[in-house]
Amino acid sequence: MTVHTGQSTAKAAGEDARGRDRASGERPGRLRRALSTHWYAWTMVAPVVIVLGVIIGWPLGRGIYLSLTDANERNVGRTIGANHIDATYEFVGLDNYVDALSDPVFVQRLVWTVVWTVCCVSTTFVLGLVLANMLNRQFRGRAAYRMMLILPWAVPGFVSVFAWRFLFNRDNGLLNKVLDGGGISAVPWLDDPTWAKFSVIAVNVWLGVPFMMVALLGGLQSIPGELYEAAEMDGAGPWKRFLYITVPGLRAVSSTVILLSTIWTFNMFPVIFLLTRGGPGDSTEILVTQAFRQAFVESPRDFAGSATWGVLILAVLMIFAFVYRRSLRKQGEVW
Amino acid sequence: MRRGIAATALVATLALAATACGDSDSSDSGDKKSSGELSGTVTWWDTSNDTEKATFKKIAEDFHAQHPKVTVKYVNVPYGDAQNKIKNAFSSGSDAPDVIRADVGWVADFASLGYLDKVPDAKAKEVDSAFLKQAAASGKYDGQTYAVPQVIDTLGLFYNKKMLKDAGVEPPKTLEEVKTAAAAIKSKTGKTGLYLRGDDSYWFLPFIYGEGGDLVDAKNKKVTVDSPAGVKAFKAARDLVTSGAAITNATDGWNNMETAFKSGKVAMMVNGPWAVADAYAGDEFKDKANLGIAPVPAGSAAQGAPQGGHDLAVYAGSKNRDASHAFVDYLTSQNVQVQTTKALSLLPTRTAAYDQPDVKSNEMVQFFKPAVDKAVERAWIPENGALFEPLKLQFTKAVTGASSPEDAAKASATAFHKILKDWK
Repeated sequence: MTVHTGQSTAKAAGEDARGRDRASGERPGRLRRALSTHWYAWTMVAPVVIVLGVIIGWPLGRGIYLSLTDANERNVGRTIGANHIDATYEFVGLDNYVDALSDPVFVQRLVWTVVWTVCCVSTTFVLGLVLANMLNRQFRGRAAYRMMLILPWAVPGFVSVFAWRFLFNRDNGLLNKVLDGGGISAVPWLDDPTWAKFSVIAVNVWLGVPFMMVALLGGLQSIPGELYEAAEMDGAGPWKRFLYITVPGLRAVSSTVILLSTIWTFNMFPVIFLLTRGGPGDSTEILVTQAFRQAFVESPRDFAGSATWGVLILAVLMIFAFVYRRSLRKQGEVW
Repeated sequence: MRRGIAATALVATLALAATACGDSDSSDSGDKKSSGELSGTVTWWDTSNDTEKATFKKIAEDFHAQHPKVTVKYVNVPYGDAQNKIKNAFSSGSDAPDVIRADVGWVADFASLGYLDKVPDAKAKEVDSAFLKQAAASGKYDGQTYAVPQVIDTLGLFYNKKMLKDAGVEPPKTLEEVKTAAAAIKSKTGKTGLYLRGDDSYWFLPFIYGEGGDLVDAKNKKVTVDSPAGVKAFKAARDLVTSGAAITNATDGWNNMETAFKSGKVAMMVNGPWAVADAYAGDEFKDKANLGIAPVPAGSAAQGAPQGGHDLAVYAGSKNRDASHAFVDYLTSQNVQVQTTKALSLLPTRTAAYDQPDVKSNEMVQFFKPAVDKAVERAWIPENGALFEPLKLQFTKAVTGASSPEDAAKASATAFHKILKDWK
């Protein structure tokens, strides 16, 4: 029935458009025909397109627009009860971008964000790979171990981050109490810039390992067992089997999870914000928490500056994704 | 059939979008003009701490007895997040409170953004005549009264009488004395002398006042945090930590400070009247007489502590402004003020309240009232609250040693100049 309707409409539309087609060439006609052939498909995706447009497109467009103005808390339009205050911010072109990029703070944050992302992603990946390999064997209680290792993922992020915050408390936290029992003096987990950096990375790794592990475990299980058997027959040791079967076999999965994990970690707001608020001082502030600070913590709230940082973060990630894809394609991935 | 689903989905989406955009206009608005009686709901966002909130909740709900048709909705918002939450609520208008308890440093900021409803003329006159002058000043912006002072406070040196006695020292009067006292405490009892709050820049103020400086000079529109006095202040704070006289934290400062002091891990802390009730809850202060209070130790040039406190203000977009103002009036009445002093040792803002026996006989008030009279009044400029965030960054860096006092002072001044655009 669907097909029938589609065809008849296409026919009708084709006849309708025939008069103009001859003058303006083939293309508009083809577009039109495509539209009329697939109108049903378009209708089906329309709600999704509209919803995405509203919840992603509009804020994105507005963010980009704000980054080109000098909007802040004092000059945006607002309605308070009966009185309405009109917006008085102005278009300033690319000034905000020039300011942000020439600000040493941006470079500092960018460097730490990259360090944080690389440390987190590489550690999570390695740990996830090790755990996945261990859990891919047959042994007693495997299901229970799997459950336990996935637990950090099942707990809401902010709950576990708060729990870690209590553990890390220098004066009253459990970690230092335990260390104290072993004769080690209090470690300033969140009070010293270097330790704080270590702590936030540790918590993020703890949160990120389950995802890596599950994804890689899935990848491992899709590698046929015959390959290992054959390799063993040929005399390949465990390390060689890992290197020449497991690693290439996991390629498709690992390239995807690394990309995802990089994007998530780059923008991992809750861990930093809830654990250290970017502190001590500003030593663990990454790009997104800094943008949040500008928009909501400092006053007057700098909407334009924050939007600029947001757009720059987006640009950095897009460039990364592009380069990453290119390099993968060069290595022969179809992805 | 399929088409049916698509259509349903589309309708559902549109319906969702429509409800999301629609203003939730459901809160019942009260009006006294017609009947002469106040009605409706008043939502109050209170920022009092965990030991104080039960008292304030009860006081707020007692308003219902006076105005049976008004329901008070009490919400406790943690002080640390409050400024941000209030701004979010006020700027969007949705689920905004009718009455807020605002730190004295926030009032001018909120008022300048147009968020606050002016205090009715009669009440404003009363604030001018019957309230402490320096408290009344905090509720003003541009010559108009936008908030009614609820409590007033300043910082003092809290000390554990027994620990100081065991160490054989008197409460220190200067930072130098703090160091010698701390050394004596360490050698006699093995405990630390002072807890220095390192994650909140409000605690930086006594240091800079002690060196004879200030953050800004509002009269001459000048940033003065990087003056020699400012640098000395950062140095003095860092010196307390490096000399071992004080411990500090870059995070969770409030909780760690309270725990350390209440459990006797440290002998002294700098704090305000809002911490009295909490201190009494600690093991060390089961005998209330063990808690002693002295003026904040002086620096090398002077002695000074900031005047603080909280004001009550009504949201300009409130649907129930009459009842809200009446509620503020009730909360700042003499009876309620005396009641809070009795329960929590907080300082009233009404001059006459100090003649009441319950207030007069309170030991904390006896100390804090003269201290408040001497306290340094800050410039009530809209940017007041904005200065503390960048200052906190530098103060934490300076006390933890992540940056030098000179750099911290310089970086604070740079940040202040960004906020106070055309200042020198």
